Amino acid sequence: MIKQIVFLLVLLLTLAVFSYSAWRIFRLMRLLKPFPIKEFGKRFREMMVVAMFQSRIFRRPIVGLMHALVFWGFLVILFGSIEMIIDGLFGTERILSALGPVYTVLIFTGDVFALIVLIAIKAFLGRRIFMHIPRFYGVEMKPISKLDANLALTLILLLMVSLLGMNIFYDLMSQRTAASCFPVSHFIAGFIPVLETGTIHFWHELFWWTHIVLIFIFANYLPYSKHFHVFMSVPNVFLSRLEPLGYLSHMPNIEKEVRMMMNPETAFAAAPEGEAAPERFGVKDIEDVSWKTYFDSLACTECGRCTSVCPANMTGKKLSPRKIIMDVRARMKEKSNGLLKHGKTYDDQRALLREFISEEELWACTTCNACARECPVSINHPSIIVDMRRFLVMEEAAAPAALNSMFSYIENNGAPWQYPAEDREIWMNNMN
Amino acid sequence: MEYTIPLMADLLQQNKKPEYLFWVGCAGAFDQRYRKVTQAFAKILIHLGTDFGCLGAEETCTGDPARRAGNEMLYQMQALQVIETLKAYDVKKIIAICPHCFNIFKNEYPDLGGNYEVIHYTQFLRDALDNGKLKISSDVFSGKNVTFHDPCYLGRANDEYEAPRTILQKACTQITELPRNKSFALCCGAGGAQMFKETEAGDSEVFAERTREVVESKADIVATSCPFCMTMFTDGIKFIDKQDEIKNLDIAEIVAQALKL
Repeated sequence: MIKQIVFLLVLLLTLAVFSYSAWRIFRLMRLLKPFPIKEFGKRFREMMVVAMFQSRIFRRPIVGLMHALVFWGFLVILFGSIEMIIDGLFGTERILSALGPVYTVLIFTGDVFALIVLIAIKAFLGRRIFMHIPRFYGVEMKPISKLDANLALTLILLLMVSLLGMNIFYDLMSQRTAASCFPVSHFIAGFIPVLETGTIHFWHELFWWTHIVLIFIFANYLPYSKHFHVFMSVPNVFLSRLEPLGYLSHMPNIEKEVRMMMNPETAFAAAPEGEAAPERFGVKDIEDVSWKTYFDSLACTECGRCTSVCPANMTGKKLSPRKIIMDVRARMKEKSNGLLKHGKTYDDQRALLREFISEEELWACTTCNACARECPVSINHPSIIVDMRRFLVMEEAAAPAALNSMFSYIENNGAPWQYPAEDREIWMNNMN
Repeated sequence: MEYTIPLMADLLQQNKKPEYLFWVGCAGAFDQRYRKVTQAFAKILIHLGTDFGCLGAEETCTGDPARRAGNEMLYQMQALQVIETLKAYDVKKIIAICPHCFNIFKNEYPDLGGNYEVIHYTQFLRDALDNGKLKISSDVFSGKNVTFHDPCYLGRANDEYEAPRTILQKACTQITELPRNKSFALCCGAGGAQMFKETEAGDSEVFAERTREVVESKADIVATSCPFCMTMFTDGIKFIDKQDEIKNLDIAEIVAQALKL
């Protein structure tokens, strides 16, 4: 009974802290621009292919397979974690075993996956600590980002160790032949000398509590870590843009202006009274982005696949698509207290543009979409970059001089170069 | 053979509405090098007896470079103007040579009420091969090692990787894929309005990086299907003085040459 009460208190504490974090994020998202969601069927398919079957992850086959195994392992092991919560609350022992063969299969697979995940996580840690993999470096990868990555991996490692420990001692504890249930743990259990029943129980209990407490700690560490992607990436893929990568979002507010300008009757008319002041064009600061863009930044796990394929980045320009996404998150973190307290109009005299993302970075993008094609959680980096260019050009007229010339050529003679329209027929006249 | 390019305005006067509008694009009309590609494709259209027309001096920029550079206002003004022109000629199907024009017509004009069946010229040629109208032999390019550079706005942006390859497989005997190809292809460096500005400071140039990859493939010909890519390769190849070893040809030129047009 005491065990149940202690468990309930720990669980309530975990849920309370987690709800606070989630509620904060939800309130921030509500302050941001809308992002309408339609076509649920298509989204579901996208989620199955990209998230569940890890199609983007497999674009790098070896490390991709390792990640996919960890992900699928998590899904299976999650089942056991749910059971632990029920057991902890009601004082039962492996309550879901009532499910029969389904249970056996899941627990059997979970035990195998625990070992696979353990090995994969060790490899991931090895890659980060001992191998110099370029995409784990870069200006945006500050010591804290690296610490965060290693801490998250270490937590998962400990989760797997405690899970296996729990299974090993349960195997020793159980009277029935548990061999079919825990293939890995049963094998390891064979190496443990004969122990007293009390000792076995003690160790099982210790591992059980270690495992569940680690899960609770992990869950509450996540919202403040790049590893929040554990929660956010599957929904982020579900919410991803469904248009071809070449598509840039429409700006209906500009269309309204342009149509008014092009219509002789409205071109010079005064704005109708009582109309709200026009909103800012493009993105300058965090409140100009849609809630989906903030969601993206929370789903990003800083893997750097985007930056590793960016033509600007690989030729030494300052642009790094990963940095853009990390900056969105960092800026929101910086401004969130003020935004939640004072609302959207809160101004701290800083902005996403310039304080975080420089013009030089924005202008280096070729919009080639290599980053977006690579992103395993379907983030579309170029659309954020172009949204910030929109602010620079339309609100500040701050394009590089050469682009301003290009704009004026288009305005004056309908081509990005200074040639008269008649010249468009030159090629026709010497065909032979 | 005498090639006459039908203009939409003249066709309309004769009460004719061609099946396709051949959208030439600014580079196709003004860039000295790319004019040859425009001419090559126009010859193929005539060779195939395609019912098409061009806008000639009535064509204007789709607004793509302005849009990618953040000038949405200018883009929309251009786009609405183009949509008006196309409406006047009741255009239903557009063949574009430039993948950037292709992309903006196909994906972005619908937001402003411009809905067309948009075909990239490589797709048009692929279809002509598939239905047997276009027959090409590999005589002219036999023995030449040919590689293909995927334009971002045809490939990644619109998932069209096979049309250009299908054509090359018919026209050439030896095709070498670049290490980074299809959805992994490296940009030529000109997209997103980079074509019209100086690059930011760095330690090398994107076109140089891609040209290096092309040269290392030991290809005799690097085929492209985008005017910007062509400009970048022309510069890149000249930059390392390899003009004698590797030629840059557009797929339309390869087909026209294979047809001996």
